[in-house]
Amino acid sequence: MTTTQEISLQTEPFVLNMGPLHPSTHGVYRMRVTLDGEVVLDIEPMFGYLHRGIEKLMEERTYTGCIPLTDRLDYASAMGNNLAYCVAVEKLAKIRVPERGEYIRVITAEMIRIANHCLAVGSMLNDAGALGTPFFYLWNEREKLYDLFEMLCGQRVLHNYIRIGGVSQDLPDEFLPALEKFVPQLHKFINEFEFFLKQNEILIARAQGVGVLPKDVALNCGISGPLARASGIKRDLRKDDPYSVYDRFEFDIPTAENGDCYDRYRVRMEEMKQSLHIIDQAIKKVPGGPFRAKVPQIIRPPAGEAYGHIEGPKGELGFYLVSDNSIAPYRCHIRSTSFINLTALRQMVKGWKIADLIVIFGSIDITMGEVDR
Amino acid sequence: MNAVSYAAQAVPADWPGGYWWHWLFYTVVIIVFVLVMVMGAIYIERRGMGRMQLRYGPNRTGPFGLLQPVADALKVLLKENIVPNVADKIVHWLAPVIAFTPVLLIFAVIPFQNGALLTDLNIGILFIVAVSSISTVGVFMAGWGSGNKYSLLGAMRNVAAVVSYEIPMVLAIIGVVIFTGSLSTGAIVDAQDIPFILVQPLGFLIFFIAASAEINRSPFDLMEADSELTAGFHTEYSGMKFAMFYLVEYAEAIAMSAIITTIFLSGWRGPWLPPWLWFIIKTIIVFFVMVWTRATLPRVRIDQLMALAWKFLFPAAVINLFVSAIEVLVWPDISQWIFVGVNIAVAVIAIGVGTKMFKPGWGKVAV
Repeated sequence: MTTTQEISLQTEPFVLNMGPLHPSTHGVYRMRVTLDGEVVLDIEPMFGYLHRGIEKLMEERTYTGCIPLTDRLDYASAMGNNLAYCVAVEKLAKIRVPERGEYIRVITAEMIRIANHCLAVGSMLNDAGALGTPFFYLWNEREKLYDLFEMLCGQRVLHNYIRIGGVSQDLPDEFLPALEKFVPQLHKFINEFEFFLKQNEILIARAQGVGVLPKDVALNCGISGPLARASGIKRDLRKDDPYSVYDRFEFDIPTAENGDCYDRYRVRMEEMKQSLHIIDQAIKKVPGGPFRAKVPQIIRPPAGEAYGHIEGPKGELGFYLVSDNSIAPYRCHIRSTSFINLTALRQMVKGWKIADLIVIFGSIDITMGEVDR
Repeated sequence: MNAVSYAAQAVPADWPGGYWWHWLFYTVVIIVFVLVMVMGAIYIERRGMGRMQLRYGPNRTGPFGLLQPVADALKVLLKENIVPNVADKIVHWLAPVIAFTPVLLIFAVIPFQNGALLTDLNIGILFIVAVSSISTVGVFMAGWGSGNKYSLLGAMRNVAAVVSYEIPMVLAIIGVVIFTGSLSTGAIVDAQDIPFILVQPLGFLIFFIAASAEINRSPFDLMEADSELTAGFHTEYSGMKFAMFYLVEYAEAIAMSAIITTIFLSGWRGPWLPPWLWFIIKTIIVFFVMVWTRATLPRVRIDQLMALAWKFLFPAAVINLFVSAIEVLVWPDISQWIFVGVNIAVAVIAIGVGTKMFKPGWGKVAV
C-alpha cells in the first residue's frame, strides 16, 4: 500500500503539443514534446500542414510555367528557388546563359541570401526573447533589399524573375547605382549590429554551447548550408561545384567549430558580409550584351534527366528533373533544404530546456513552405 | 495599541476630516492613481518600444495615439469571457482578483508627498515585501486553474522566480533600513538627504534586478515568454479577466517603480516642482528604464534565472549588507558622502568579481 506522501512525490513526463498554431514554430510546424518539468526528453515532429503538392503540380505545367511555383517553396528566398530550378532546366535542355544574365543572377542570388539571413537571424533572436528589437532592425534592411527587388522585377516577395536562359527583364538604369549606394550602408549596419550582439552576455548564455550539432551527425543527416558550416564542414557549392559564374569571384566560406546556436548566428552574419563582397565585385564587372538566351516559349528538352543544385541561403537546394521530351517535366523532385536540415532537430534538442528548444529550432532557419512543399 | 488609537495616529494632525474621510479620500486617490498610471504606462511602453524598434507604435486613436489604452480597455470589456471545459471554474475565476488586490495594497504605504499616504505604517517596507508576493498566489491559481500545460509551466516558473528573488530583494532593502533605522516609508524618504541610489548603489542594482524578475519584466519575463509559452499563465484568459491580468502586470510595474522611487530615489523630494509631481516623474523614469531593458535584452532561461539569483545576487546582497552594517556601526557620525564613494567602489568591485566568477552553465541534462 502506498502512502499519500509516496504518491505526491511521483513525477512523470508529460506531453506538450507545440504547434501548428504556436508563435515560434515559423509557420505550421508541429512537434509533440515530451517534457520532464522543463527538460525536453523527446520530440516527435509532425508536418504536412502546408502541403500543396508542388512537385505534382509541376508535372502539369510547362517548364517556364513551373517557375512561379518554385517561388512558393521557400517564400523567404524566392529568387534562390527560381535560380535552382532554372539551373536544372538549363542542364536538362543544354541552354547556355549569356554573361550579363549570369551576373544579374549572381547579384540577385546574393541579395536574397542577405535578405534570408536577415530574417533567419532576426527570428532566432526573437525566439530567444529579444522581443522584436533586433528583428525589426534586420527587417528594415530586408525591406530595403525588397525595395531593390521591386525596382528590378516589380515583385517584392515572390519575384518570379529568373527565366530559363537568363532573367525576365534587363536591369533598370537606376538599379546598379541604388545597389552601389546600399552595399556600404548595409555593411555599416552589420558592423553596428555585431557590436551590440556579438558580446551580449545573455545571448551568449542562451546560444553558446546550446543545441550542438556534431560534425558526424551533420554529415550523416546530409545537413548543408550555414548549419553544416557552423559544425565545421567546409562545404559550399559556390566553391565546390561552381554554377553560374561564381568561379570568377573571390570570397571566403565562413565556418565555425562548435556547431552551436551561437556559431550558426555568427556564420550567418559572416556570410552576409561575404555576400556583400561578391555583390561589390559583381557590380563592377557586369558586362553588356543580352540578358537572356534565345529560348523558345515552350521548351521540349530531350528525354533524360538532370539534377541542378545551387547553394541556396539555407543550404543545398536541388531540383531533379526527368524529361520525356514533352512540354512538361515528367517528374520533378525537390531536394528541399529546410526539410533535410530539420532531420537533425531531435538529436540537437534532447536534454535541453523547453526555452532552448525554441532557440535551436529558430537557429535551423526553416520555411514551412519548403518543408511541406 | 488598540484600533481606535491606531486610527487616530494614522491621520495627520492637520487633516481636516475624520479618520474615515481620510480613508475614503486616499482609497479613491490610490485607485485613480493606479488606473491612470497604468494607462500612461501602457502608452509609454507601446510608444517607447515602438520608437526603439523603428516603428511608430499606436498613433491612430486620439492625438498621438493617447486614447489607445482606453480603446483597448473598451474592446476587452466587450469581449466574450471564455472558460475552458477542463478549467477549475472557481479557481479560474478567482485568480485575477487575488492577483490584483495586493498591488493596490502596496500603494497604501507609498508617500505621494510629505505625509500624503493612506497610512504611514511603522513596518511599511515589511508590509510591501509581504503583500507584493501575494500576487504570485493569484498567478499560480491562474496557471493551475486553466487546465492548460503552457499556463502551468508559466505559473511554475513564476513561483520559482519569486521564491528565489525575494531573498536578494529583501537583503537589498535591509541595507537601506540599516542607514535609516526605520522601516517606515515616510522615515526612509526623510532620511534621504542624499538619494540612497548613491549611498547604496549595489543595493539599488540588486533591488532593481530582483524587482524586474519578480514582476516578470524582460529579461526575466519567463512566465509569459510569448515565444515559448504563447502567453504563459494567462493563455486561457479572455475578456475582462484577461484585462485584469494585463492591469496587474502594469500596476505591478508601476508599484515597483514607486517603491524604487521611495526607497532609492528620495521619493517625493526635489527642488522647484511640487513634491507629488516629483514622485510621478521619478516613477515614470524608473518605469521607462524597465521599458528600455525590455526592448534591449534577450530573455534568460529558467535555470540561468535561478543561478543568477543564488550565485550572484545573493552573495552580492550579503556583501552589500555586510559593508553597510560595518559603516553604520563603526562610523555612525561622519558624512554620508564618504559612504557614497566607498559604496560605489564596493559595487564596482563586487560586480566585477562576480561577473568573472559567475558564468551561466550550459544546462544540458543527460536524458
